[in-house]
Amino acid sequence: MTRSVRIENVSFGYGGTPVLDDVSLDVGAGEFFAFLGPSGSGKTTLLRLIAGFGEPASGRILIGDTDVTDLPPWKRNVGMVFQSYALWPHMTVAKNVAFGLERRKLPRADIARKVESALALVGLAGYADRRPAQLSGGQQQRVALARTLAIEPDVLLLDEPLSNLDAKLRVEMRAELRRLQRKLGLTAIYVTHDQEEANAIADRIAVLDGGKIQQVGTPVALYDHPANRFVATFLGTANLVEGRIAGDRFESDGWSLPGIAGGDGATCIAIRPQDIIPGTEGAVRATVTEKEFLGGHTRYRMQAGRHSLIVDVPHRGDAGGLPLGSDVALSIDPKRVTPLR
Amino acid sequence: MSAPALASTSRSARSSVGRKLAAYNASPTQALALLVIALLLIAFLVVPIVRVIVVAFTGPAGGFSLVHFGDFFRTGLLRESFWNSVYVGVMTVVVASLIAVPLATLLSRFQFRGAALIHTLGVLPLVMPPFVGAIAMQLIYGRNGTINLILGDHFGFRIPFMEGLNGVIFVEALHYFPFILLNLSASLANIDTSMEESAQNLGASGFTLFSRIVFPLALPGYVAGAALVFVKVFDDLATPLLLNVNAMLAPQAYLKITSVGIADPMGYVISVIMICAALGAMAISTLALRHIDFATTQRGGGGLGRRSLGRFGNTVAAVFVVLILLLVLSPHIGIFLLSIGTVWSFAELPDGYTLAHYATVFSEAQGLIGNTVLYCGLAGLIDVIIGAVLAYLVLRTRLPGRKLVEQVALAAVAVPGLVLGIGLLRTYYDVHLPFTDVPFATFWLMLVIAYAVRRLPYALTAATAALRQLHLSLEEAAENLGAGKLSTLSRIVVPLVTGGLFAGFVTSFATAAVELSATLLLVASERDAPISYGIYVYMQSAAGRGPGAALGVIAVVTVAIATYCAYRLSERERDRRSRGGLAV
Repeated sequence: MTRSVRIENVSFGYGGTPVLDDVSLDVGAGEFFAFLGPSGSGKTTLLRLIAGFGEPASGRILIGDTDVTDLPPWKRNVGMVFQSYALWPHMTVAKNVAFGLERRKLPRADIARKVESALALVGLAGYADRRPAQLSGGQQQRVALARTLAIEPDVLLLDEPLSNLDAKLRVEMRAELRRLQRKLGLTAIYVTHDQEEANAIADRIAVLDGGKIQQVGTPVALYDHPANRFVATFLGTANLVEGRIAGDRFESDGWSLPGIAGGDGATCIAIRPQDIIPGTEGAVRATVTEKEFLGGHTRYRMQAGRHSLIVDVPHRGDAGGLPLGSDVALSIDPKRVTPLR
Repeated sequence: MSAPALASTSRSARSSVGRKLAAYNASPTQALALLVIALLLIAFLVVPIVRVIVVAFTGPAGGFSLVHFGDFFRTGLLRESFWNSVYVGVMTVVVASLIAVPLATLLSRFQFRGAALIHTLGVLPLVMPPFVGAIAMQLIYGRNGTINLILGDHFGFRIPFMEGLNGVIFVEALHYFPFILLNLSASLANIDTSMEESAQNLGASGFTLFSRIVFPLALPGYVAGAALVFVKVFDDLATPLLLNVNAMLAPQAYLKITSVGIADPMGYVISVIMICAALGAMAISTLALRHIDFATTQRGGGGLGRRSLGRFGNTVAAVFVVLILLLVLSPHIGIFLLSIGTVWSFAELPDGYTLAHYATVFSEAQGLIGNTVLYCGLAGLIDVIIGAVLAYLVLRTRLPGRKLVEQVALAAVAVPGLVLGIGLLRTYYDVHLPFTDVPFATFWLMLVIAYAVRRLPYALTAATAALRQLHLSLEEAAENLGAGKLSTLSRIVVPLVTGGLFAGFVTSFATAAVELSATLLLVASERDAPISYGIYVYMQSAAGRGPGAALGVIAVVTVAIATYCAYRLSERERDRRSRGGLAV
């Protein structure tokens, strides 16, 4: 049965070092949710707390309406796929998958049937009698998934499950994970440090840094409306321009941008590289200092007053683009500017 | 190792042999070196062992026969000895496991503050060979020893720690349990945390978790340790002899050869049984290790999760560890007390204390110490030279057969000292030294050879490790900058491998200094005897126990210092390796 997950004011530390600081979060039933953050941000720790590995110093964790904070891992019915797969080398594939079902005291015939269907689900029918060491990395990943899905968990937890696969397989597997999750209607929480992976797979993302949730939202909302400097720069590339907003006008060295809504008192603005359009007219004057041709677009580095900016210009046809050292005017749509405090 | 300097001459010689050798990336000197090593191994390892096996299977009228094996199992005493040896081997594994398994579990599964103490427990017994402490153990745990006198006086009962086979089991278990401890903790430490967590995640806990996941994954390490203990105990000659337990295989083989004579076939039959036991044990550990590599290669987090013991658990654990520490230290303490005690008999402690035994040892037994230094020094030197040359030939040339020679040299580690002793005795008894009627087999040099052959695997492994760390590009860089073969060797190769080779020498020296099985067979006169033989002879008489113990203390201190040096050297090497400026 699929259930929601609620995290209420959870804090956690390893011997004095705080890892999670007052984290609260709601994951809806049937939602594909991602924890995204750099290493050391606490995302894996949070996932492990949901599975019951470690005890929060304070706060509660609820699965559905049940408070599981004090339940040991083996009583939670939360399925976790480990980064290292954690397949037991002394058991065959079938034994690995059957393990959780045996713990649930199912009749033997049911176990056999469920093992078979779990393996078929991940496309490994016929591999039941192999040992983990005889499988490729991708196949091991599928066995780990089948082993977890077989117990029909309330929540599926995935700890960087694709990080040990090569790039091509990673893209294939993430699409397949998404398909399986939709098909089974599972609540899934996915930990990753790869923003592209999170964007591609998740309904919603929680961005973590320094043990705190920085922002929660859909991938598009996070990209378009980052809540702070960390989110703005961690998800995609952003130009952060320090200055001051008074009323609706941003002022800085050589800059004066009117029409920015809801930013009174902010000290910084974030602008995506493709939202700065170089031309002959615009509010900001700049000089081209570096350029890189990247295929789909050209990335320029420009100096505008004391601010260094990254500007992406889509490449269409064989125009030579802007020469190094040329002076340009930059026009910026105030609606695409995010004020940050 | 001066061989590379001659590589260019082989090219200029242009003979057909030279061309062929160049294809093997070797010079004539190197080929000759390999040949000499191969011949030495054939003469002093292969031929003696084959000789032992052939004799065991040759009937009275010549030709292949199982008649001696039939005789063996028809003789009551030998049959009893066989079962006694098996029983002692198995029971030692059981007792050693009772000590080692809780310690290993404590070390790798729980947060225990005395972890350093357990690590100490892991090495302490190994510096003292079991036979040295055997007599002291009798004085502490024997029928009229310290513990039983106290028990008898205060509680009216005694525990037969040292009665008959019990004594052998007790002494050997206290000496050999570290093999199980070290192997099992290594194997527990290598289990990935996620192995355990994924089982918990799927609903397993407590005993199910242990029996289905942790135990099967740790089993291979345990089996490897247990097999090693069984073989060591099965082969040990000196401990049962000193404890006056003669109805076991090794003492029987020794007594047959020394009292009935070198022609008596039973010693050879027993040798074959010992070789089979060693091979069987090796096969079992290899089988057990089949699946384990996978569990340790997929790394998530290191080691199993450690639980807190709680106050009660911590107390129980501390009491257990201290108890084991006292047990482990008791032969050390006992031998020390014995060496400074005046009379120690039917008493908890010696009657008085004196340094006279040390004085006796230094006046009477200088020859023993001198002999040990000479024999073991020579043996260590031979090992380092052969080990270094062989390692170089294996790693740097493509000479045919070099791997086989290496395998043969390494196989010596599985040959019981008693078997090698019997083989050497049989093979070289009829070979006389020129112009004398002294058999080569009992000439003192044969002891050096026996020591060298059995310790060669340590030195070879050390040399291979040292050379492997010396990447070929380091030599090539020197040559590229204008250094010739010889100056490359002296300025680059030798300085970089010296530490590793010295560690190999020390290990060979220290283990040879306390070896007794082959020694007992090959020593012909007391004048030629080394320290281990001296301890054995002194310990035989009640009056000699003091000086014997003093000799034992000297030997143990020497071995301890040597072991510590070898350890420090290998640490330094590892440190240097990790800092080495080599981007490979």
